[in-house]
Amino acid sequence: MAIFSVYVVNKAGGLIYQLDSYAPRAEAEKTFSYPLDLLLKLHDERVLVAFGQRDGIRVGHAVLAINGIDVNGKFTGDGKEVLEYLGNPANYPVSIRFGRPRLTSNEKLMLASMFHSLFAIGSQLSPEQGSSGIEMLETDTFKLHCFQTLTGIKFVVLADPRQAGIDSLLRKIYEIYSDFALKNPFYSLEMPIR
Amino acid sequence: MTVHNLYLFDRNGVCLHYSEWHRKKQAGIPKEEEYKLMYGMLFSIRSFVSKMSPLDMKDGFLAFQTSRYKLHYYETPTGIKVVMNTDLGVGSIRDVLHHIYSALYVELVVKNPLCPLGQTVQSELFRSRLDSYVRSLPFFSARAG
Repeated sequence: MAIFSVYVVNKAGGLIYQLDSYAPRAEAEKTFSYPLDLLLKLHDERVLVAFGQRDGIRVGHAVLAINGIDVNGKFTGDGKEVLEYLGNPANYPVSIRFGRPRLTSNEKLMLASMFHSLFAIGSQLSPEQGSSGIEMLETDTFKLHCFQTLTGIKFVVLADPRQAGIDSLLRKIYEIYSDFALKNPFYSLEMPIR
Repeated sequence: MTVHNLYLFDRNGVCLHYSEWHRKKQAGIPKEEEYKLMYGMLFSIRSFVSKMSPLDMKDGFLAFQTSRYKLHYYETPTGIKVVMNTDLGVGSIRDVLHHIYSALYVELVVKNPLCPLGQTVQSELFRSRLDSYVRSLPFFSARAG
């Protein structure tokens, strides 16, 4: 039972606030010898596993660290390309940590505006008259709850599928937003909340 | 409780079948456009959900609901997508969607040599069996005809 993340999206689809509250889980560290038995590929400036699942390493996981040093996108800590580094037999044995890639702030911005459009399409495709957009979206690992205010601000909460009481949480977040963002004379509307 | 409509897509986004029962509002665009919009929305939701998920997913996207309807989604490993819109009172209907795929689509379309795959299903048998199956569901009610 948990709340994973909170997003606040303005009426134009821009992300104005974001909070994450989960510890990264499902990370696996392993030592490999030369021919790496996983197929890695570059995707969105990150090195992802494209083929080969073993020991908790899954397709879609990213290379997070090499020999205990965090990688920085597609580059190792000291500025070499990850794929080039792992292609060189002289660097083996090597210990690599894999895990679900964490979202960058750019990706969060993109996902927020993506949800904004999905919300609108959801109401357009409604088979019933007068439908709102997506209010709750269910997957096997999380539930996304969305509350849109009359002024068009969307509050989005990602929570555990069994977590109850999200509706009151969304109202409470709206209240906090009204009290501490909107009533702040230094806050300009539609802009990120700092 | 009621069933509004049902879409069946193949993995390339072709709408294999569409039927509706209690649909009060049309999308206001031609049907072909509507199928594309629906497939596009599901495609985006899938990628959205896989990026947002804090954990690794197995089944992925299952359903979403708005203030007036609920969309149920089921996808097979081969990429066939079964989408059913119902009202909000309906719980999880994964088994119903799975039945439509395994007992109706596979049996009457995939195993029928006269039904070419990857295009709209012309089979009258499939259409009528699907209709009677959906009408027999416990949450299908004939209210408002």
